[in-house]
Amino acid sequence: MSLTTAHSVVAPSANSKRIAGAIIIAYALISIVPLLWIFATSFKTPPDSIAYPPKIVFQPSIEGYCNLFTTRTRQTPEYINSLGPATGFCDETVRKRNMVIAGPSNFLPRFLNSLIIAFGSTFCAVFLGTLSAYGFSRFKVPLADDLLFFILSTRFMPPIAVAIPIYLMYRELGLSDTALGMILLYTAVNVSLAVWLLKGFIDEIPREYEEAAMIDGYTRLQAFWRTVLPQATTGIAATAIFCLIFAWNEYAFAALLTSGTAQTAPPFIPTIIGEGGQDWPAVAAGTTIFLVPILVFTILLRKQLLRGITFGAVRK
Amino acid sequence: MAEIRVQHLRKAFGDFVAVQDSNFVVEDGEFFVMLGPSGCGKTTTLRMIAGLELPTGGQILLGGEDVTMLRARERDIAFVFQLFALYPHMNVRKNIGFPLLAQGMPSAEIRVRVEETAKLLRIDHLLNKSVSGLAGGDRQRVALGRAIVRRPKCFLMDEPLGTLDTEFRDLMVHELRELHNRIHATTVYVTHDQMEAMSMADKIAVMNHGVIEQFGTPREIYDRPATMFVADFIGSPPMNFLGFGGGLAKGAKEIVVQGAKVAVPEVREDIAPSDMALGIRPEHIRFDDASKLRGAIYGTEYLGTTQIVAVETADGIIKARVPAEIRLNAGDHVGLALNSARLSLFDKGSGRAVRTAVHDTASQGRAQHG
Repeated sequence: MSLTTAHSVVAPSANSKRIAGAIIIAYALISIVPLLWIFATSFKTPPDSIAYPPKIVFQPSIEGYCNLFTTRTRQTPEYINSLGPATGFCDETVRKRNMVIAGPSNFLPRFLNSLIIAFGSTFCAVFLGTLSAYGFSRFKVPLADDLLFFILSTRFMPPIAVAIPIYLMYRELGLSDTALGMILLYTAVNVSLAVWLLKGFIDEIPREYEEAAMIDGYTRLQAFWRTVLPQATTGIAATAIFCLIFAWNEYAFAALLTSGTAQTAPPFIPTIIGEGGQDWPAVAAGTTIFLVPILVFTILLRKQLLRGITFGAVRK
Repeated sequence: MAEIRVQHLRKAFGDFVAVQDSNFVVEDGEFFVMLGPSGCGKTTTLRMIAGLELPTGGQILLGGEDVTMLRARERDIAFVFQLFALYPHMNVRKNIGFPLLAQGMPSAEIRVRVEETAKLLRIDHLLNKSVSGLAGGDRQRVALGRAIVRRPKCFLMDEPLGTLDTEFRDLMVHELRELHNRIHATTVYVTHDQMEAMSMADKIAVMNHGVIEQFGTPREIYDRPATMFVADFIGSPPMNFLGFGGGLAKGAKEIVVQGAKVAVPEVREDIAPSDMALGIRPEHIRFDDASKLRGAIYGTEYLGTTQIVAVETADGIIKARVPAEIRLNAGDHVGLALNSARLSLFDKGSGRAVRTAVHDTASQGRAQHG
């Protein structure tokens, strides 16, 4: 009988390494090509963006970005010539198409809405999640298992399944199209994830730290603040990224519940209309800018993110 | 510093009784060790004294003050945890100064006190180091530093040497005792290691199944074990037991074991006929061919200065500690001579020791049953 079992750990052979490498590269390409395509499109001119066959090599232009941030009106060439010299690169680009800049577009306020709502709801979810996770981890909560199951059960169906009731409720409560409403909604969706993830992290921090602090003269809240929180930062960061990614990318609720002042970037970007149809370079430019914050945040916290994903799979 | 008085202390977790009815007094400045196998209730007792668990019943007095239901931070005690609980996000200096910070002590004074303490423990060169890079012994010293820096009423230690290497542990046992001799702090120390207990303690309580089996000095516990559990738990190898039947009368000086007459210390109480056991420490056995108590050599364990010899008798294996020079071969038949003055007698049913002349010199060392 062979002693080797399914669990035996062997060094990977050169061949299996090559195959694994090929799979990873293929997957990386599949994932990254759409992003590169969007990035490239954002630097194309509108005619280039809809050219067929698609142009791989093209003369880059920032027309998309100009169109993203401005609204424009068509004018006669005589009127444009009567104006003074162009005041900037965008001005010049726009004038070539017989248009003048009429004013700023809604992109910036929508982008700010996204920032406020995503970071606001992430903060609330992580704050509430940390406190509840600590409570569940350290105290004898009556019916703790049932409560935790209930919290988890809120994720058993896609949140959008309750879109209609929420829409009606928000209309009655006056929360439609408000930043507060969106923050509350995203917090409610994220808090279950936050409680479960953070409970795992806090369970891992030995109680002795708080006990030592409490014996040394601190109250429980002080002990929590001074000994548990500093050690839970990895878990908090990982949880924050997950919550932020959800809130930042969320489209369905945002499209349904926001239309004006509180509209976030995801439902706004596809509605950018140029002359004679969709302004693809401007849409691509909006998408590119929209990707930047989450990209930076994720790169900065990638270690914590990895730890959040592999949590429980590896020992410290 | 203060005396610790524990009265009828009881702790139950649901149906499980962790501590049954503990009574003991730790005198001011004493080094008191609670010794027992894991799950015997020693750590629970310690945590109740600390205020980390609230008792189900009974009282804890600290320096005469009833602290039974006080919060941990109101008790003015220090606790050294098995895993040290050094805060990984603070350096050594901050760790040691942490309890002083809670008292709102000005930072200049904290600095002085921390440095004093570090010097006492010979870790002043490590003050600005991160605790995560420290070796086991140094972590231990930092944990001790955090305890003594505050000058609390007493120290509670929960197996503080449990995670150290053997080599370090011996060193720390001496250091701890030396530290205790210098600062005379009332200390309650929990361990399952009899060597630590015997070498450090002024008083030991041996616990089993939530009950204190015996409370006394290391010498009392070793020489006059109050129960068979204590006799078996203390000593390496532990005390040997030879079964014998029949009752004992007050004044008896001899019993019959395996057909051989054995002189024992004068019995001081009447015992109704039942299963009894004769307890002999390995070092109180000699080989003597004249003895009628016989057995065959089963194996030997050479230790340098002595050797442990396992002898197969009619009532199982008996271990004797004899000089290393004696040449013995497995299968040899030997006679066993027992040092009569040092024998113990037990009632097998209750495990309790029979009162004999050995106890005449005993002080207060007796079992305190619930």
